[in-house]
Amino acid sequence: MTLSLSMAWRNLWRHSRRTWLTVTAMVFSNVLLVFMIALQFGTYDMMIENTLKAFSGHLQVQAEGYQDNPKLRTSIPAVTALVDELQRALPEAEVAGRAAAFALASSEQRSFGIQLIGVQPGVEPHVSSIPNLVRRGRYLERDDVAEIVLGSVMARNLKADVGSEITLLGSGRDGSFAAGIVTVVGVFESGSSDMDRSFAEVPLAWFQDTFTMGDHGNSIAIALGDLAEVPAAVQSAKSVIGTREGLVVVDWNTLHPGLRQAIQADLSSGWFMYGVLIILVAFSVLNTQLMSVMERTREFGVISALGIRPRRLAALVLLETALMALIGLALGLCLGWLVSLYFSINGFSYPGMEEVAARYSLPGAMYPSITVGTMLLGPIVVFGFCLLAALYPALRLYRLRPVAAMRAA
Amino acid sequence: MAEIKCVELCKTYRQGDAIIKALDHVSLDIEQGAFICLSGPSGSGKTTLLNMIGGLDALDSGEISIDGQRVDLLEKGALADLRLHHIGFVFQSYNLIPVLSARENVEFVMQVQGVPAAERRRKSMAILEEVGLKDMEGRRPSQLSGGQQQRVAVARAIVSQPKLVLADEPTANLDSVSAKHLMELFVELNQNHRVTFLISTHDERVMRYAQRLVRMRDGKVVSDEIQISD
Repeated sequence: MTLSLSMAWRNLWRHSRRTWLTVTAMVFSNVLLVFMIALQFGTYDMMIENTLKAFSGHLQVQAEGYQDNPKLRTSIPAVTALVDELQRALPEAEVAGRAAAFALASSEQRSFGIQLIGVQPGVEPHVSSIPNLVRRGRYLERDDVAEIVLGSVMARNLKADVGSEITLLGSGRDGSFAAGIVTVVGVFESGSSDMDRSFAEVPLAWFQDTFTMGDHGNSIAIALGDLAEVPAAVQSAKSVIGTREGLVVVDWNTLHPGLRQAIQADLSSGWFMYGVLIILVAFSVLNTQLMSVMERTREFGVISALGIRPRRLAALVLLETALMALIGLALGLCLGWLVSLYFSINGFSYPGMEEVAARYSLPGAMYPSITVGTMLLGPIVVFGFCLLAALYPALRLYRLRPVAAMRAA
Repeated sequence: MAEIKCVELCKTYRQGDAIIKALDHVSLDIEQGAFICLSGPSGSGKTTLLNMIGGLDALDSGEISIDGQRVDLLEKGALADLRLHHIGFVFQSYNLIPVLSARENVEFVMQVQGVPAAERRRKSMAILEEVGLKDMEGRRPSQLSGGQQQRVAVARAIVSQPKLVLADEPTANLDSVSAKHLMELFVELNQNHRVTFLISTHDERVMRYAQRLVRMRDGKVVSDEIQISD
């Protein structure tokens, strides 16, 4: 340990109570930042997962242009064969083919425009959470032919329920008139009013037959175990569709452009709050170091008289601050990590959260995301701001005049 | 090194509405290896003159040169380097760094000079032995008596063998035995290592060691005498 380092260390403990108070402020803010950032990112992961699990999957294979302009005719040929191929290439993933069209749904009393989705009943429950959200009746089954599952708001609007017959009218892929009658077998409640008002699902085979699709579909949804698997899965899907012209692989970022924007907006507001906390800590450091420098004016005058340049004196003050901030960082990081670890195992929830979440098949608690980034981001920013705050007391030493300083009481 | 020329030095301080002439056209030549005492009552300008020669304060007018180099024209950093490498200071009130031990206080300047750790340790232990504090190397200033602290301050000032030592009332807080030991150490360094000493004092016992005695009053040099040793 060099003399400067040991001098800085000993200077810190000349007023141990004051140092500990400042360190405590650092530790408190670091613990809070570590936990809050971990929880925030954990919540984002959960939000993304829930959104993707609701319907879209983590990535999709689509016909080129379908994402921007979803038309029935912008379709994938031989969709069931491609679903099988993708499933073989991605054995850990769940793959489901779909077709989608707008249709006019009529019950005995009312008519409404709806988004009709043709799904593969055998695999859809693995890709989407809608099958688990059926509140009345049941979800579609493999052997179903002309059955339909409706959103709860739509069912109410159409005054239809399980057993009701719905007439669907639309336009087929070849421009012909598409019409059919289906029986309601289930009503789902997703928690999203848009979905509950406009979504209905029918078996893909019935959809293809009614809308003259042949073996075409509009999208293939792929659900993965984790967001981190997306880049590799995109590569695998791309290699599967390789030579087929007109097909593209789109990941969740493209499927849900608003999701990332919402996260970024939330992050900005979060950082505003964190910023206030960090500035308060920085002012505490400024106060401590300013007092420390002013108390030692005479001592700095002596050191300066011995021939020590002002930059070395300033470096000493910054070194003292760095040591103090390092203690705050180490303790804050350890405690913050422990708190985050506890909640990452047991979950963090508030009264009533579990009941609400269970209704929509969502996790009943939030789980902090423990990564190098979420653990270090806050403490490193605090560390940086502490050094920044010590700059003013350190720079004051550049104006020090040895004789005047040595006369200081 | 350490041939000093002071020409027409003037320095005034403002104290409330009054203007104090701390140095009033002081001229002084100090030859290499000299052992000079500045004497005079408080406020006569002794400390101000030492501070000016050591580059600790700025002149109003006049010139100071050390070995031909104009000290009064040097900028802050160059003045710091001059003090670090060529001048040793001994202050009246010791002014040791309270968080460092006796040895570390002595080593401090050498560390800044870039002296390797082993050499620092060897030199600091040797000088502490010379000032009779070898066994107290690990003690902090608060654990040393006034005389011991002053000896550490002297050790710090001379350990890197400066050519000039500026001592401001070095014996003011010492008992007569400690003062005698200190002065004998100064004389030994002056005679054996040709270190130039400029000591401000109003202690008659200290003045007796000087080869030359410069008396000051009201910021002026009133007499400059060569002393014949007993």
